[in-house]
Amino acid sequence: MSRTCNDNVLTYLANSVCFYSGQVRNMATLKDITIRLKSIKNIQKITKSMKMVAAAKYARAERQLKPARVYGNGAVALYEKAEIKAPEGVANKHLLIGVSSDRGLCGAVHSNVAKAIKAKIATLTGEGKEVMVVNVGDKLRNILQRTHSNYLLLSCKEVGRKPPTFTDASIVATELLNMGYEFDQGAVIYNRFRSVISYKTDEKPIFSIDTVANSENMGIYDDIDADVLRNYQEFALVNIIYFGLKESTTSEQSARMTAMDSASKNASEMIDKLTLTFNRTRQAVITKELIEIISGAAAL
Amino acid sequence: MMAARFLRRSIPVLRQARCYADAPSGSSQMSFTFASPTQVYFKEASVKQVDVPTLTGAFGILPAHVPTLQVLRPGVVTVFNDDGSAAKFFVSSGSITVNADSSVQLLAEEAFPLDQLDVAAAKANLEKAQSEMASASDEAARAEVQINIDANEAIVKALE
Repeated sequence: MSRTCNDNVLTYLANSVCFYSGQVRNMATLKDITIRLKSIKNIQKITKSMKMVAAAKYARAERQLKPARVYGNGAVALYEKAEIKAPEGVANKHLLIGVSSDRGLCGAVHSNVAKAIKAKIATLTGEGKEVMVVNVGDKLRNILQRTHSNYLLLSCKEVGRKPPTFTDASIVATELLNMGYEFDQGAVIYNRFRSVISYKTDEKPIFSIDTVANSENMGIYDDIDADVLRNYQEFALVNIIYFGLKESTTSEQSARMTAMDSASKNASEMIDKLTLTFNRTRQAVITKELIEIISGAAAL
Repeated sequence: MMAARFLRRSIPVLRQARCYADAPSGSSQMSFTFASPTQVYFKEASVKQVDVPTLTGAFGILPAHVPTLQVLRPGVVTVFNDDGSAAKFFVSSGSITVNADSSVQLLAEEAFPLDQLDVAAAKANLEKAQSEMASASDEAARAEVQINIDANEAIVKALE
């Protein structure tokens, strides 16, 4: 009876020895696995709660996006209907406003905007035009500062903690106009929200007062003097920045929700695998002790 | 009559500068969008007339109005619906665009229906602003107080 028991145990031990000698690293002790398991469980709790917070913020941002979209589309309606374009071929000055935020862990939101800005800078400088960049959001500034720091005109921080308001957009526009950079045309580059799981980097055009005044179709608009046009243009600039901010926050929160969701799922998978390893290790330890006892008893 | 209508449609519409004396061409419906950053009141709705207060005076806008761009000043916007009812809103500032295809975009920085405003609070704010005017020191502060006074005066006038 004890002989057969020994045989089974020894075969098992032989198998496990062969298995372990094939591996490069040492077998983790029970303690190591326990520590690892605990830390991954904590991480999973954190990512789950971050996902719920992001879901709540996303719901609010999407609710606020509906009127903001109507408002923003109304603001660019003039540019679309009058087909305002800057004069071609002239070396005009461009301004790019990149809209992002301060906080990370939201997928590819910041890098998408940065990529679009870098591509635009490359095409515009290739054509010999002058370009400056305004960025809203610290993450964007970090990405752009490494390679394109001499194009940065203005940086805005403390973006993303609270939902953006019209006042925020007007602060950005006021500072931008006070910088005194006389641009002819430009674009606001932001992430347009399409659905919970998808967003797309998009841009909306902005024009200077002179470009609008000298555009061909402006002649049909009656009774416009310089003062009114300047007021109108400044207001339109704020509107477009506000629109970009609203769309951007919604995309960011939905991206963060998706990212934290997949992080939680990955953590669950790791926990399952580690639990299996833990059980195997535990059984191996018990077997080892049994063998020692049995071989000790057999030696007597 | 049907032939005449058909003939009119087949002529390409040339976009030229239109003066008040020319007969209007284009749609007879106004696509009216009235929104503030946080709320939409009308979205591409069809209304009969809109009265707006602008920096250069108060306008009444009907379908096929001459295209124009204007900036609003604090005052009351009245919207006359197709069924004859009128809705009044108080706007703080903003812009209005009338395009050639008879679409009107009224974008207000803040807009509220008149019944949401309290005349007692407006009067109190007005008195406070008027007393601040005396103590305003530099240009910027004086301009801010003046804007405050203008807005509150307009609210009080609208509610009385």
